[in-house]
Amino acid sequence: MTNFTINGRAVTSEADGETPLLWVIRDDVGLTGTKFGCGIGMCGACTVHVGGRATRSCITPLAAVSGADITTIEGLDPHADHPVQRAWRELQVPQCGYCQSGQIMQTVALLKDFPNPTDADIDAVMTGSLCRCMTYVRIREAIKKAAAAMAAADHGAQA
Amino acid sequence: MLKRLLVVLGVVVVCAFAFGIYAWRPAIAPIQPAPASSFSAEQIARGAQLASAGYCETCHTAKGGEPYAGGYAMDTQFGTIYSTNITPDVDTGIGSWSEPAFRRAMHEGVARDGSHLFPAFPYDHFSKLSDDDVAALYAYFMTRKPVHAEAPRNTIPFPLNIRLLQAGWKLLFFHPGRYQPQAERSAQWNRGAYLAEGVSHCGACHTPRNALGAERHDQAYAGAAIDHWIAPPLNGSNPSPVAWDTDALVAYLSTGVTRYHGTVAGPMAAVTRGLSKLPADDVRAIATYFADLDGAATRSGDTPAILAKALQLSAIGSGPTADPAARLYATACASCHYNSGEQVQPLRPELSLTSAVHLDDPTNLIQVILFGIDAPDGAPGVVMPAFGRGFSDADVAQIAAYLRATRTDQAAWPDLEKKVAQVRATAQQQD
Repeated sequence: MTNFTINGRAVTSEADGETPLLWVIRDDVGLTGTKFGCGIGMCGACTVHVGGRATRSCITPLAAVSGADITTIEGLDPHADHPVQRAWRELQVPQCGYCQSGQIMQTVALLKDFPNPTDADIDAVMTGSLCRCMTYVRIREAIKKAAAAMAAADHGAQA
Repeated sequence: MLKRLLVVLGVVVVCAFAFGIYAWRPAIAPIQPAPASSFSAEQIARGAQLASAGYCETCHTAKGGEPYAGGYAMDTQFGTIYSTNITPDVDTGIGSWSEPAFRRAMHEGVARDGSHLFPAFPYDHFSKLSDDDVAALYAYFMTRKPVHAEAPRNTIPFPLNIRLLQAGWKLLFFHPGRYQPQAERSAQWNRGAYLAEGVSHCGACHTPRNALGAERHDQAYAGAAIDHWIAPPLNGSNPSPVAWDTDALVAYLSTGVTRYHGTVAGPMAAVTRGLSKLPADDVRAIATYFADLDGAATRSGDTPAILAKALQLSAIGSGPTADPAARLYATACASCHYNSGEQVQPLRPELSLTSAVHLDDPTNLIQVILFGIDAPDGAPGVVMPAFGRGFSDADVAQIAAYLRATRTDQAAWPDLEKKVAQVRATAQQQD
């Protein structure tokens, strides 16, 4: 039995502790915004936040998240209006869209650590998030747009 | 000839008799368990802190079992030893042990019935505890819930399983006695030494042992293999590029997270959880003691240059590259471990600074890559996934070799792939 919270909601899972977290999120909790890509932690499609940190849920055993707070793409913002999501919409980043919830979750985590990321920072942190449609150019642009929007909002809050 | 034989025989008999006298310990009469009301709340609370700082529960609780009811298996080079039930159950625990019997066990390694305990129970450390602290521990354990649980039988082979012979081990290696403060050291240092050498028994994992399982005091804190991990050196030979100073040790021992040394993992996670119950002053005292042992003060001047270099090293492998090892690193590791800018971020453990990449033995790095770090360990609430699920032994070996080559000046690790297979197999066996 493993207890954790997901998007603020307490969850108890009876699944075997070795079950990948991704299966529990999609099949048991029923949140299907997080995608299965490679299953070996090498493509980023399954990225969620555990304790606020970007985490590949396909290779995270359920037992590992005991007591942790998990956020999925559904829980990022109650109105799907996180600055990163806004930037994604404004620039029409997705093509097929399959990897994009992982890209967005990874970007939110990136901007926490690097609020004003350089191209090198974006390359280093986002390389683990693959996009077969090659939307990388728009992803980079959206990251910078979201960073600017969040900096402006911060600035506004401080003023 | 016969005469000579008789003399030899006589000497043997006398020696055996003398050893018997030396080794023999009387039983201490059993008692009715003392009522909880005979202990003060303050004493019980103090005992709870000490029990936590001694990780009693870690070894005296079987996986999924009741706290302190024993049955935890310890694999030693001599066989498997199962921890005992230290709940106040009269039949299977220590409910019939008087305080003097409990104190003798802690200070001398002798059970209530007079039999010698195996040194898997670190009485060589607990011998340093003051009578007051032992009394507080007694108060704590006597007020726990009694659990009826018989420990499985040890698998120590004959003749090592003869308890009387343990007296011989003690004669050779055990120096009983309370902690003696060193007058030339500060009170804080002495407090730290008392806790580290005594109840927290740090040397039990971090000091190498001889062929008979005794800590080698000439190599105190030189690092040792334990439970399929490496307990790194805590003395001047610690390989972390940035010296462990008092503040880093305080952060590590009380929160599990440090800026320059990564997070706690493996068996050390239980240590941090245990020490976190101590008063902050006590944790700082332990940190003071070890910061002195590893010579942090004399090494701290190098830190700015080391950090500047670390931030340069952190960028290696994150740009476009055709090197397959760098590709693996960039895809699997960099999103969390890459650092840039002015400062290393504590929740982005910098791999050019962690001991796992710098130790002579790659075990710790392999453990963490294969099995990750669970939310209750490491940085609380944060997870490192278990890359062993998708990676072959060759993949893990490739990443480890790559980090060793790009993040350190040290020699390459030999036979890495075999080592990965070994760590994977032993860990799976343990489950």
